[in-house]
Amino acid sequence: MAQEVVKLDNIWVHYDGIPVLEEVSLSIEANAFLGIIGPNGGGKTTLLKVILGLIKPSRGKVTVMGQTPEKGRKSIGYISQHNLFDRDFPINVFDVVLMGRYAKSGIFRRYTEEDRRIATDTLKSMGMLEYRDRQIGRLSGGEQQRVFIARALVTDPKLLLLDEPTASIDPNMQAEFYELIDSLKERMAIVLVSHDMSAVSIYVEDIACLNHRLFYHGSKEISADELEKTYHCPIQIIAHGTVPHRVLREH
Amino acid sequence: MFEVLQYEFMQNALLAGLLASVACGIIGVYVVVKRVVFISGGIAHSSFGGIGLGYYLGIHPVLGAMFFAMAGALSMGLVTRRTRLPEDTAIGILWAMGMALGIIFIGLTPGYAPDLFSYLFGNILTVPAFDLTLMIVLDGIIILLVSLLYKEFLLISFDEEFSKVSGVPTERLYLLLLGLIALTVVVLIRVVGIILVIALLTIPAAMARQFTYKIKTMMLLAILFGTIFTFSGLWLSYLLDLASGATIILVSGVALFISFGINKLRSKVRNHG
Repeated sequence: MAQEVVKLDNIWVHYDGIPVLEEVSLSIEANAFLGIIGPNGGGKTTLLKVILGLIKPSRGKVTVMGQTPEKGRKSIGYISQHNLFDRDFPINVFDVVLMGRYAKSGIFRRYTEEDRRIATDTLKSMGMLEYRDRQIGRLSGGEQQRVFIARALVTDPKLLLLDEPTASIDPNMQAEFYELIDSLKERMAIVLVSHDMSAVSIYVEDIACLNHRLFYHGSKEISADELEKTYHCPIQIIAHGTVPHRVLREH
Repeated sequence: MFEVLQYEFMQNALLAGLLASVACGIIGVYVVVKRVVFISGGIAHSSFGGIGLGYYLGIHPVLGAMFFAMAGALSMGLVTRRTRLPEDTAIGILWAMGMALGIIFIGLTPGYAPDLFSYLFGNILTVPAFDLTLMIVLDGIIILLVSLLYKEFLLISFDEEFSKVSGVPTERLYLLLLGLIALTVVVLIRVVGIILVIALLTIPAAMARQFTYKIKTMMLLAILFGTIFTFSGLWLSYLLDLASGATIILVSGVALFISFGINKLRSKVRNHG
């Protein structure tokens, strides 16, 4: 059996007494490639933040690499829904990637030659080396995404968490993005969350549905019944289309 | 006009202008890029409570201001991070409470409060030697801490969530940054006064941002612009017999608008050419 990188055991999270996550249990193994889909507000980002130790669950136990999330998270590469950052922030691509090496260097230390070499190599592998001196806001959404992936990869993580990774990417670049992610799956476990089922379901190996509760299927064949439980609305399944579900009516 | 430079008060004024520009050039860049302008205004105004306390206890008002600015920075930082109060509400309340305390203390102090106006609006021509020494020490602390924690401050300014995940002590460094803003306020009080501090914290950095996207270059440019503004404002105020603090601010503001205008024209020309 592959090593377990993350274990969630009966996790509950409440905001103002309202449950956002209920009874969520999940085990992510070292070779997993898991897509978590669910409606907006269903707790997807909350779930990632619980794994990262940014949100403390009100009940349940989180283990990351056999440790607490605060200790284990240095083995996690995290790519947030980065459409929130300040596009005009005065920083270039190379310095953004170098930030990722903080986890290895620590407070008061300067980045070493090795840190710079790793940042350069990672940018190169993402095909972004020629933009190293470019201000981060002067890149397209897809190019920014590659820079943030490079920043997550410089620590050589055991798990990559991606939150709505395709939200800021031009639709015709999405296939290219998934191929990039696909090329990483030999080296680490990958979990990506999205409300957009269509793209996710083509590439990932396992799918879980999250709407406060987690429905884990172990494979990407989901029955209409299970999808209905997640989305609380009637859903039509189309086997191999690019739009695998359709909401039929208001409810 | 150069014979005026022989006078000690003028040499002191120029030194004060330079020391103020160093502090506001470095810290102002963080104030602008991390978008903590409003909280910086709150820290500056709440320091007035310390001016009042200084008069009341008979200690140097600038030391009182330093204590209050630090306490204000810490409490605003903690209240905005740890309570559910909206950030701008919390800042507005502490801002006004600090000033109110200052008024109460001054009211309780028997007699007349000399120089009160110069703490509110600055008077670069009357900076005493003790204050100059204090400014040098505070500038030294600011330069030392920013050079030691440069990469950490960059991380928390750009992306707090990522910095937390990477193991940066994000909240403590944020509080430290607010503390450095408080020290900068103290450095600037004698030059432009509590009410006008916020202009020198933002204008040189905002102007520098138009010319570069490197934080270090931005700091050096902001120091240069701050020095030009304080020196030319000082010279103009001397020439026209105007209040020095206010003149420095107006010179800075006008320069910023002109530079925005030129930049706009340049990008128009570029787009059409």
